[in-house]
Amino acid sequence: MPELLLQFEGISKSFFGVHALQDIAFVLPKGHLLGLIGENGAGKSTLMNILGGVLQPDRGGMRLRGQDYSPRNPAEATEAGVAFIHQELNLFTNLSIADNLFIDRLPRFGKSPFINKRAARTRTRQLLESLNLALAPDTLVDRLTPGERQLVEIAKALSTGAEIIIFDEPTTSLTAGETERLFAIIQDLRRQGKSMVYISHNLGNVLELVDEIVVLRDGRVVDQGPRDDFTIDTMISRMVGRDISQIFPSRQSVPADETLLEVRGLSQPGIVKDIDLTLHKTEVLGLFGLMGSGRTELARILFGLEPFERGQIVIDGVVCDGVSVRDSIRRGMAFVTENRREEGLLMEATIVDNVGLVALPTFASAPPARLLRARGLRLAVTRVAECMRIKSGPVHRTLAKNLSGGNQQKVVIGKWLMSRPTIFIMDEPTRGIDVGAKYEVYSIINDLAARGAGILLISSELEELVGMCDRIVVMSKGEVQGAFERDEFDRERILQAAFKGHQAHQRGGQ
Amino acid sequence: MDSLDRQRARGVAWRLIRHGLLSENFVLYLSIVSFAALYLFMPYIASGRNLANISSNMWPLLALVLGQMFVLILGGIDLSQTSIMALTSVVGGMLMTTQLNPTLFEKSPLWGILLSPEGSPISGTALAVPVGIVAMLTVGMLVGLLNGLAVAKFRMPAFMVTLVSMMFFSGLAIYLTKSENIMYLPGGFMMLGSGEIGPIPYSFFVVFALGVVAHIVLKHTVLGRWFFAVGKSIRTSVVSGVPTERVIILGYVFSGFCAAVASVLYSGRLGGGRPTLGQSLLLDVIGAAVIGGISLFGGKGKVLWALFGVLFFVLLSNALSMLALPFYAEPVVKGAVILVAALLDVARTRLMAREVLA
Repeated sequence: MPELLLQFEGISKSFFGVHALQDIAFVLPKGHLLGLIGENGAGKSTLMNILGGVLQPDRGGMRLRGQDYSPRNPAEATEAGVAFIHQELNLFTNLSIADNLFIDRLPRFGKSPFINKRAARTRTRQLLESLNLALAPDTLVDRLTPGERQLVEIAKALSTGAEIIIFDEPTTSLTAGETERLFAIIQDLRRQGKSMVYISHNLGNVLELVDEIVVLRDGRVVDQGPRDDFTIDTMISRMVGRDISQIFPSRQSVPADETLLEVRGLSQPGIVKDIDLTLHKTEVLGLFGLMGSGRTELARILFGLEPFERGQIVIDGVVCDGVSVRDSIRRGMAFVTENRREEGLLMEATIVDNVGLVALPTFASAPPARLLRARGLRLAVTRVAECMRIKSGPVHRTLAKNLSGGNQQKVVIGKWLMSRPTIFIMDEPTRGIDVGAKYEVYSIINDLAARGAGILLISSELEELVGMCDRIVVMSKGEVQGAFERDEFDRERILQAAFKGHQAHQRGGQ
Repeated sequence: MDSLDRQRARGVAWRLIRHGLLSENFVLYLSIVSFAALYLFMPYIASGRNLANISSNMWPLLALVLGQMFVLILGGIDLSQTSIMALTSVVGGMLMTTQLNPTLFEKSPLWGILLSPEGSPISGTALAVPVGIVAMLTVGMLVGLLNGLAVAKFRMPAFMVTLVSMMFFSGLAIYLTKSENIMYLPGGFMMLGSGEIGPIPYSFFVVFALGVVAHIVLKHTVLGRWFFAVGKSIRTSVVSGVPTERVIILGYVFSGFCAAVASVLYSGRLGGGRPTLGQSLLLDVIGAAVIGGISLFGGKGKVLWALFGVLFFVLLSNALSMLALPFYAEPVVKGAVILVAALLDVARTRLMAREVLA
């Protein structure tokens, strides 16, 4: 009977009345590796934030080595021996490995302010050796590959005396070789008696690596058991499934035959390969894929933000071989980026300046003078703001940064509406906005389709695509892995297609 | 009763100060207040002669600040403005001068090609002044174009690009003349920098026209909105179809053009083509722009702010030079006054933030 290191005892947590976690209870025995899986929004991050002291549970608690464990902040969690290896690494790239490992407790000469670099180096070397990492302690993190950085993160966790290590999507930026090395180290750590939680969408990896699996869905543990009880298929089927009729407005249009956008054999080495895609009038076409599947990259290529080497993009029957953003806009394209703050908005500018940005030249006299008709512009923006129900102060005085996430997203969409496009590419248009605003964004998408536009909707939330799209194209590893019509939407098969390249890749890599 | 009056008076004073602090014209008020304060101690500051002096110092500096402002709005900086002044001053001087001393200029690389003891081939003709001025403006814009291309196309940091052009072109100006000043410029040219209509110098009309154009472009044209958009977020601008490269290049070209205009005015005023013209002006330009409220981080700027910044800066320099302080004290006092202005600006920003929340 293995010692129970960590126990979750009926943990619940709600945000604004919405249950994020309900009665979570499972145990992590010492020296075990536990896989935690679930869709985005299933509650994995909330649970790990509670474990890491970032959040506190509303009800329930945790026990660590039999003692009550309720960290009030991340420092207390670290103190108790809980360490996180995050998807986005938290290293100072401009500092050396040794500096990174001991940044908050650099060894000194007695009580003097001077750093004992030699001691820091020696301890760093020991840690790196324990991970079979042949790197000099003075190497700048900047010079390391993503895989090596991951291992430095692990060394950092070990240097704090961590007993429980949580891996959150650790392989997304690793090559096959690096992934293998990481797994070998994870196995090593397990032999040394460390307990670990492994979170990943790469179900093949989870199945290969862990001792036990816990499946979360809608904030509950829906299944748990030893690894041998699971297959990838059963994991997927446990992860998905719920009634979605209240979340999405009903569609009012069916796709027409008329083609708006056609992509033929589009390739850019290392990014996307042989993409074929057709977007029809009045169609909402979903593009699904895991992080790093190439979906965002494809969108950026289509809009002319990134180059492509081979293939064709055909808009309204006209072939465009080299595209620029300005060409795309002229041909009636609009692009709502996934990165609202950095690429969607001028945060320090007013709503008028934001919404007016794309269509500015249409509110001006002929070139070269191009004098603005400021009144006409403001009226048009006011109309768009009303029509989209953007809640704000006066449009010519309210700054974008003072709006809520949902209203900001409406400003971004409104900006494109001003140029009357026919093809919308929307990359994660509902990321980080609340449920009510999501519904409004879905209604806008519906409305646009009903009026004849074609929408390419990119999302990492499958539910959203199933709820909104006429057709879903699935990408993995830069390639199209399948397409599904609305009447054959099957979450398991779609997820399988999204994981396809990953499994094949994993098996091929072994 | 008495205390009530005093309270009311204090309320009015406080409201006035608050209004002043929050106003767009804050720096103008600051200038007026400091002028009034200085007037108490040295009334001759308001003498006609001194006012004319202040005015003639303001306009060429304003030309530079206007150009700098366009680049600052883009989130860039143009350190090469002063060397553009030097280079264009030399180029204009060479084309227009009517007399060159062979012992001084025979080492110039252009001696015998373009230069002779009688100046250049067009010297003395009716074409000399217009061609000279057009050449100066063209050279200014060309240097700006180089800066703009490097920043926009090669994505080089503006600071580095313009630092390099500052060094290169001021070196070039000195090389062309072997560091000699070119004298004997035509009277018509010198009039531009030093002539007056009644109490108003010609330079005022030149810079006023420049300011009006700059104001219209920034405030009332598509290009102007694009300038602010690029300064606020270049990535959003790219995605929104703003021709960012063209906008950036135009910014630096305009800055070069303005530097050339300033060069025309300063060269005319000093009566010569000087390879060292404007060497000490760079910090005045950037100081005046920033005091005026034009942000070094981009996205903010107005022609009026540039004007007020220049007014305050010139006023300050003028007062300091009239105080006849020991040479070491002048920069100390100047620094202290700028520090106070900067502190007031911080207070002002805080007050505004609170105003927005309220």
